Amino acid sequence: MERPLISVEGLARRFGDSAQPAVFEDIWFGVERGEFLCLIGHSGCGKTTILNVLAGLDRPSAGAVIVDNLEIDGPSLDRAVIFQGHALLPWLSVMGNIAFAVSSRWPKWDRTRVQDHARRFIELVGLKGAEGKKPSQLSGGMKQRVGIARALSIQPKMLLMDEPFSALDALTRGMLQDEVLRICADTNQTVFMITHDVDEAILLADKIVLMTNGPGAKIAEIVVNTMPRNERHRNDLHKHPQYYAIRNHLVEFLVNRSRAFDQEIAGGGYDPRRLKLVKPGLMSVKLAAVNPPAEVVTLTTGRRQ
Amino acid sequence: MAAFRNSLGLRAGLLSLLIFVGIVAFWQIATTPTAGTGPALDPEYAKLLGAAAASGTKSAMPTPADIGTTIWKHLVDPFYIRGSNDKGIGIQLAYSLGRVLLGFALAALVAVPLGFLIGMSPLIYRALDPFIQILKPVSPLAWMPLALYTIKDSAISSIFVIFICSVWPMLINTAFGVASVRREWLNVARTLEVGPFRTAFRVILPAAAPTIMTGMRISIGIAWLVIVAAEMLVGGTGIGYFVWNEWNNLSIANIVTAILLIGLVGLALDQGLAWLARLVTYPE
Repeated sequence: MERPLISVEGLARRFGDSAQPAVFEDIWFGVERGEFLCLIGHSGCGKTTILNVLAGLDRPSAGAVIVDNLEIDGPSLDRAVIFQGHALLPWLSVMGNIAFAVSSRWPKWDRTRVQDHARRFIELVGLKGAEGKKPSQLSGGMKQRVGIARALSIQPKMLLMDEPFSALDALTRGMLQDEVLRICADTNQTVFMITHDVDEAILLADKIVLMTNGPGAKIAEIVVNTMPRNERHRNDLHKHPQYYAIRNHLVEFLVNRSRAFDQEIAGGGYDPRRLKLVKPGLMSVKLAAVNPPAEVVTLTTGRRQ
Repeated sequence: MAAFRNSLGLRAGLLSLLIFVGIVAFWQIATTPTAGTGPALDPEYAKLLGAAAASGTKSAMPTPADIGTTIWKHLVDPFYIRGSNDKGIGIQLAYSLGRVLLGFALAALVAVPLGFLIGMSPLIYRALDPFIQILKPVSPLAWMPLALYTIKDSAISSIFVIFICSVWPMLINTAFGVASVRREWLNVARTLEVGPFRTAFRVILPAAAPTIMTGMRISIGIAWLVIVAAEMLVGGTGIGYFVWNEWNNLSIANIVTAILLIGLVGLALDQGLAWLARLVTYPE
């Protein structure tokens, strides 16, 4: 069986000694090339920890992440991170911040080549004219744009985003979501994004991974966003016939099922390696919330049976 | 009038001027020669003090006008050399400044890299902490005999004393600045696969630079305090030696001049480093 671009296999993470309960355990999922995948769940369920493991900034207590058929072992330029708090270097200008990333990716490039390349990505996120500004002179939305430009400028195989828009006001958030959608479509970027915003997930994601509450958080199921990318527009998303079915399903999960998932699976039938792939968008609104049709997808590759 | 009332700077300046005039006036009154006969003096002591003082009409304390004349005399000819014990005040200050800057530069060369190491490695921090904690509170002058014995050169010994007193604030501030670099900035470097040296120079150093500069500013202040005492001990040259020499000459006017100049040079050093610190400070 072909592995997806990113394959998360049996991941667990506990802090402190092994007597402590794991924040999450037995996490299995994959991200296909060119796919936009959102991980959704409540605070404290270990979303950011999973992203940090994917980025190589944190090590799992058990399990592995396979990228391009290689187990990851630390951070890589192939996996660019867009941090929650933008994480720009405040002593460098916009150009300096992006040039720092570009020259890390291509150390042999001369100054003009680095700057030309960086300028392309500054223009891509709509910051032309702000190249010389320091991060402290920029608004929150502009800072996050610089963060996005920095991540894209190294032309990574995938983007990892940790609630990139959560610190922004609604208007700016919407504009940036549109831009990310456009850029990802143009570049066919593989994206793994963490969010706790249901509408953001429906707008951006092709698949939405639902995570239960910690400790011992699990992945409950994977929701397929059956609304095609070209029919997802922020302003009339709510008019789409599938929207409320998907939204209700996600909200129902976050409000009730994420808490009581252990009882839900007490009768058996849950296998973390064979997650249900649900398509609530294809159901009537009422049915979709709790009992959508499902097909079972096998995530394992036989490697760790 | 309204402009005056609104300008804090203007009012503060005027108040400063008033305080200055008050001090000078008090000084003038306190040192004005008084008529009348004072107690009879030992003739030999009278000879030493000069005729006016001996007659009791004039105190050995100079009047503000005397000080003014002395300062003027020093300022018009600061760099004369008339024998080894009679050099211009400018030359003496230059000696002291040279020692301070040399000792300070050596201290920076040691403290910044070592502070980097301490800040990066909790192991080295813990291993060196007892030494730093014990040696830091020691008066730098206590090192002087040890320095004189081992180095056997008074000029170099005074530079060593400056070195030892400047090293601690820079070391501690560098270590603190390096250790408190924001985790997310280091993570940016890690995800970009930046090597350790490039991370040190492009991320950690600029991030810690304001804290390091604060340490340097504290260090240069302490060094300038200590050099006067150190030069009083080792003698020969320097503003500290000048003050001690003028005390032996009982020339209060020269000593007051030296005090004012030491203050001004200290201010200049502090402001110079404050200016450098502003260059490396970044708003977040």
